[in-house]
Amino acid sequence: MYKSVLLASFIVVIVSQISAQAAERKLLTIATEGASPPWDMVDPEGKLVGYDVDVGNELCRRIAVECKFVAQDWDGIIPALTVGKFDAIMSGMAITEKRKKSIAFSQPYAGGFNQLVMRKDLKLPATDTKAKINLTNIGGAEQSVLEQLQLALSGKTLGVLRSSNSEAVLNELFGKVATIRSYDTQDNLHLDLAAGRIDGGLADYFTWKTFLDGKDGESAAFYGPELSGGLWGPGVGVGIRKDDTDLLASFDKAINDCISDGTLKKLSLKWFGIDISPAAAP
Amino acid sequence: MDLGLIVESISVLVHGVFLTLSLTLLSLVISFFLSVPLSLLRASLNRTLSASVLAYTYVFRGTPLLVQLFLVYYGLSQLSIVRQSLLWPVLREPFWCALITFSLNSTAYTTEVFKAGILAVPRGVVEAAKALGLSRFMLIRLIIFPLAFRTVLPSYANEVIGLVKASSLASTVTLLEITGLARRMVSETFAPYEVFLAAGLLYLLLNFTVSIVFRFLEMHLARSSIRVSKNGTAYPVTSWLSCPWKAMSKRTHTNPSTHSL
Repeated sequence: MYKSVLLASFIVVIVSQISAQAAERKLLTIATEGASPPWDMVDPEGKLVGYDVDVGNELCRRIAVECKFVAQDWDGIIPALTVGKFDAIMSGMAITEKRKKSIAFSQPYAGGFNQLVMRKDLKLPATDTKAKINLTNIGGAEQSVLEQLQLALSGKTLGVLRSSNSEAVLNELFGKVATIRSYDTQDNLHLDLAAGRIDGGLADYFTWKTFLDGKDGESAAFYGPELSGGLWGPGVGVGIRKDDTDLLASFDKAINDCISDGTLKKLSLKWFGIDISPAAAP
Repeated sequence: MDLGLIVESISVLVHGVFLTLSLTLLSLVISFFLSVPLSLLRASLNRTLSASVLAYTYVFRGTPLLVQLFLVYYGLSQLSIVRQSLLWPVLREPFWCALITFSLNSTAYTTEVFKAGILAVPRGVVEAAKALGLSRFMLIRLIIFPLAFRTVLPSYANEVIGLVKASSLASTVTLLEITGLARRMVSETFAPYEVFLAAGLLYLLLNFTVSIVFRFLEMHLARSSIRVSKNGTAYPVTSWLSCPWKAMSKRTHTNPSTHSL
């Protein structure tokens, strides 16, 4: 009897502690992949850094909560958020209709675009790598560019990050003509591209740029036009649980403030070298 | 929990069963044929031979399979010597890398399992066979190995079951076997619970089949040993390796009086 009372009171104390924490939310845990520079990466000291982390810390400062970034594998990041392992995702995650079925997104805190990268020794027909194609509205000219790409890449092996939008786009555009391999991290994809196991791949432009500027990236180069829209959606946002409406509202406001006073532009220039901050919400 | 999604997952993941099975079965065959001679060397009284095999099994049993797979797949491809070598067409493909790693790993475990069985063969039996003038090869083929194999069959079954499960690591080098397909499906549905449950069910089914096969094998071998004790001849312990009737006739006319030992 005495024991069970003790146990019961112990449980009550723990439960009240947890609910108190939830109510105050002193510490906000934000997950990031930590393997897609310059969005997010791990520095030599093992600390998470990158555009996502800088923007996240700035947003938290404005919302007046303490933030902690944690690393989480990309292909389990959304289920882990929905079950409450952390409170938000900031990992260069594009806002898409499919993801919106599982989680809510803040307004975008970055634009960004994607591009194919192919090995140079394939000697593929030259393309205009500065051209831009928005997959949301494709006209006749864009269609013929895409068809030429399909022709050039038929029979090739292309790598892509598993559960990324690029994977969906790659399957849609080249799934019928090329072999597609999905990788658990972008780093492993880079290794196989450098080793020649795959002929190329599709990913976020800035992630490629960091790789191509490095020593291992010499053997490959951008190929085809800059791609955006379509399955990639309107841009990169903060992923939040659907029932966390208060948090979503405060993130939206903080992001808008950061856009208006130029903070996002400053951080974008710092990490990407160009301004990919989105326009402020009306 | 969405039952419909589990059913749908199973129907998708079934397409990975062939790859899972081919990886497992091929590694099993390779590791079996490698570990028979290796286990004999490992059990030999020659220190150098035994120690060199021990070094191999020690390394492969002492490091995680995932690390070995990454070393073979991502590690070797870093060396330009490997990339320019004749082996590259093989090492370029994730399937062969996984098969090589699984085979080497399984060989290490199987060698130790078989070695334990070889050491468990009663010395008297071996000496009796030697006294009857069996050549070394015949001694191993007819007496030592069949007895050893029967002793370690349950441990060997464990190794096979372990290998079926370990094949899931192939998903980390882009292979779309059961787990690889499951991970891809999770990324499409964001429903890890249902999808991995379906994957688990498939592995359970595969291993259920494995344990049935070994159960049957154990019963079969046990039955032949019962027959031995009844007739008092020692032939059936060898019968599983070669054709039973051949073993019988050979044994009966070469040395019909084994039982008197």
